[in-house]
Amino acid sequence: MTAKASVMTAASPRPRAPARLPGNRTLLFTLGALAVLALGGVMTQTLANPYVFFAAFVIVQSVALATGWNVLGGYAGYINFGATAFYGAGAYTAAFLLKAFDASIFLCLPAAALVGGGLGLMMGYMTLRVQGVYFAIGTIALVVMAHTLVLNIDYLGGASGMALMAPEPPAWTGGQVQFVFLVMLGIAVLAVACARWIEISWVGRGFRALRASEEAAECAGVPTFKLKLSACAISGAILAMTGAPLIFYASFIEPETVFGLALALNAIAMPLIGGKRSWPGPIIGAVLLGSVQQAATITISSELNILLVGVVLIGFVAAAPDGILGLIDTLRKGRR
Amino acid sequence: MFLDQFVNAIGTGVMLGSIYAALALGLAVTFGLLHIPNIAHPAFVVAGAYVVAVGNSYGFDPLLVAVVALVPFYVAGLAFYEFYARLFERRGAADTMNALTLFFGVSLVVETALLMKFGTNQQSVNVAYVGQSLVIGLLSLPYRLLVPALLAPVMIGLLWVYLHFTHAGIAIRAVAHDERALSVSGIDPRWIKRHAFGIAAATAVIAGAALIIVGPVDPFGGRLMIGRAFAVVVLAGMGSLPGTIAAGILIGVSESLVAAFASPSWAPAVAFSILLATLALRPAGLFGVRR
Amino acid sequence: MTISRRRFGTLAAATGLAVAAPAIWTTGRAQARPIRIGASFSMTGPLSSTKAGLVGLQIWRDDVNAAGGLLGRPVELVTYDDQSTVAQIPSIYSKLVDIDKVDILLSPYGAVLSAPVMPFVKQRNRFMVGMFTLASNDGVKSERFFQSAPWGPDAKVNWARGFFDIAKSIGATRIAVLNADVEFAKVSAAGGKIAAKELGQEVVFEQNYPPNTSDFSAILRNLRGTTPDAVFICSYPPDSSALIRGLSEVGIGDSVKLFGGAMVGPQYAANLQALGPALNGIVNFNLFVPEPTMVSPPVTSFLERYTAIAVPEKLDALGYYIPPFYYTAGQMIAAAVTATGSTESAAMATWMHANPVKSLMGTASFNELGDWTERRVLMAQFQGIKGNDIEQFRQPGRQVILAPSALKSGDLVQPFQKARGA
Repeated sequence: MTAKASVMTAASPRPRAPARLPGNRTLLFTLGALAVLALGGVMTQTLANPYVFFAAFVIVQSVALATGWNVLGGYAGYINFGATAFYGAGAYTAAFLLKAFDASIFLCLPAAALVGGGLGLMMGYMTLRVQGVYFAIGTIALVVMAHTLVLNIDYLGGASGMALMAPEPPAWTGGQVQFVFLVMLGIAVLAVACARWIEISWVGRGFRALRASEEAAECAGVPTFKLKLSACAISGAILAMTGAPLIFYASFIEPETVFGLALALNAIAMPLIGGKRSWPGPIIGAVLLGSVQQAATITISSELNILLVGVVLIGFVAAAPDGILGLIDTLRKGRR
Repeated sequence: MFLDQFVNAIGTGVMLGSIYAALALGLAVTFGLLHIPNIAHPAFVVAGAYVVAVGNSYGFDPLLVAVVALVPFYVAGLAFYEFYARLFERRGAADTMNALTLFFGVSLVVETALLMKFGTNQQSVNVAYVGQSLVIGLLSLPYRLLVPALLAPVMIGLLWVYLHFTHAGIAIRAVAHDERALSVSGIDPRWIKRHAFGIAAATAVIAGAALIIVGPVDPFGGRLMIGRAFAVVVLAGMGSLPGTIAAGILIGVSESLVAAFASPSWAPAVAFSILLATLALRPAGLFGVRR
Repeated sequence: MTISRRRFGTLAAATGLAVAAPAIWTTGRAQARPIRIGASFSMTGPLSSTKAGLVGLQIWRDDVNAAGGLLGRPVELVTYDDQSTVAQIPSIYSKLVDIDKVDILLSPYGAVLSAPVMPFVKQRNRFMVGMFTLASNDGVKSERFFQSAPWGPDAKVNWARGFFDIAKSIGATRIAVLNADVEFAKVSAAGGKIAAKELGQEVVFEQNYPPNTSDFSAILRNLRGTTPDAVFICSYPPDSSALIRGLSEVGIGDSVKLFGGAMVGPQYAANLQALGPALNGIVNFNLFVPEPTMVSPPVTSFLERYTAIAVPEKLDALGYYIPPFYYTAGQMIAAAVTATGSTESAAMATWMHANPVKSLMGTASFNELGDWTERRVLMAQFQGIKGNDIEQFRQPGRQVILAPSALKSGDLVQPFQKARGA
């Protein structure tokens, strides 16, 4: 509900366009974002059925994940197969803090962001001398390393995972799941705001230059090295932050889930389907794919469900490499 | 005791490494020579393993099945390249991101198709020599690893000869080096690339045979290999075929030594540490030329 | 696949378009409402081979409905795919309870996937049957949770104790423990070490290894060097195969009298078929094997019907390990519902604690944590396996039950090397 609403309230009044009037648009965006948060707050007070929040959490998490991935993958053109390495780093950072210090989620979030950002910097630094596909390969390696590391740390439960009870949520939220949902909604809004800021600022222009041609950008005086590192760090921080509430949501964490393929797959597929050039793309992709998958799991056989994702990926690469938004753009241009 | 451990760790490592090289060979051609990041190659290898398992269930030897299946895999590779080329190469330079996504989608489709056809059970083959070892002094080499390990040098040797001593082979290397120059000389680079891609796909069925002789295979088994296969190719250096086997063995021996003398639970991280170190320190690989 | 018919309702909920609609719908159908049993299955992902359990549950549902349902109401299954990942579990169980309004819950497969459900059912006070969830109620201690699998009390330490009892009975004192880095194997190994200590045995070797290890020669050489009497293995299907192959290739030494214990894999048809004679001599756990001490006409009939469905669907061809216990779970539910005349969690739980349940897999009484009061995990030795024909595993005498003594169907052949030759 919320994710859908966020598209409606925030995106539809302002179809995607290069920022001509940033001030005005930013005001609208801010109002939209606040409206989404307020709506989330109202929902926790009015809707009694907890399932809404369980399901909405998953979809809002997808939005944050897709947006985080897109900062690096969509804007800067560095494909990251290892979204789960960052997500997992965030999730385990939060779990560690919860276990060791009984930390509040509001402490876990910045900590996770720091760890994810640091990991992103490291990743960017290590693959500094290589481009494109090598980076993608490096990210696969990162997931395996992170996974192996967690398996070998007994304090984090290793392969068995660990069950932790989250501290009581603030009373006004109405319950743990409502609270965690609100936190995740906040993260998603923050992520989208961050993505949008990048998009309309000089940073975004730099990222686009990186994507077009790293060498040309370098020659034109774009600080490619710094930009690449900052893209890695920002993306890593958002992804890690997205992982942090997991332990509060599920009260359990284990490596196979956190480092599993399903999340990494969605992080890539969602921006690709929605459109990876601008911030509404990942949101559209996340809401769409999230809902279709939910519906598909119960209506058609599950194998077909994965097959569907594969076919959709191929179809979009073949027919609409810029996603749904790109498709709409092309159609609109065609009509004129 | 220590000597026994050490000798056998090296022996096992060499065999495992050689098998890694066999898995990575197709990637060394597509990625190393053609610069196509075919991350679906491990899925092709798994598909090859399934073909071998089906053949074996009728009583045929895995290697024989694999040799027969070379032709259909070659043809499938041609067709797949044609699809890929129509999609991207006509648009100009293939966007790495789109190419990776495409191959990712393809590997999902291949894996799921196998899953739907054969179910989730692991597939395996029956061959007489599995379960026995060749013993040379302290060294004992299980045939289960030894036979597949011998495939890699054979394949790589044949391919090397082909690339250096036949017209088409030299043309493939030329494509890797400078595509435009080749088209000036009157050869259609697209034909050559298609041919090379077909060869790469054909190696997948041999690698699949190697894989399934080593142990049971399930539809998603390819995922575990993607990283290792890329590690081998990157460490070898782009396009260096003999480098592939050296890199494979280097990784295999490191893993095996870690498993024997440190802790087996850290072994999976070895290949990837080597990969990341290579990317950071020597992106051109051990035997490659910096491009 | 039988899957919820409320496609529209779920679709709407998933898209977040109509949150209130399904609730209204449910109340509208309150009369002659079927009894709904909700569960999550791993239809995809790494655990998807466990989906054979659904067939067992469906056979039970068909049996019950053919006999007129429960309390005169038909039984309906509501199942979702959790993709073998913990992340899906909380929303699935909330959906089962809050949207689908199921009457009775079955846990997801295994302790890992069930971990997030345990606090949930405890908080909601729901009756739930645990499916192969070893010791998962030890943490939250729900009074309304019951195991369908016979792990027995204090399962974490004791479920595989039969192996150590056998070791003691043949005078084995030096134990080697090897485990995969996965949850079940890790728990089993930790429990095994405690059990060994209690029986006065010495753990002379312990090693864990990453899942999907394909070569065990280095590990087996290290292990052989410690000359153990018994080797307790906690492995998963791919590595079980590699390990058993490694046994023939590297050898295990003459000191070993007993080998096996907690290997997952040699319960499934595909692994049994692939390994064939290489299994001979291994003593491993199981929950059902077709020995004369266990087979009864209902079991035979169940397995026949299971096979008829499973083979065309390419599920586990034998169905000894998982499917019968989904049927058993159904029988536990049926017994409690019929006896209490309701689907009310508290009444059912009270009844279950007080009364034994007769099931396909034996009569079960439950302790305060919902575990079977009596451990009934089998330790069986593979004997006389020839070739790779799957049908031989349907015959008695191939997996001879050594423990528990009530079901004993033959004698241990040892030492291990001799048993392998036999």
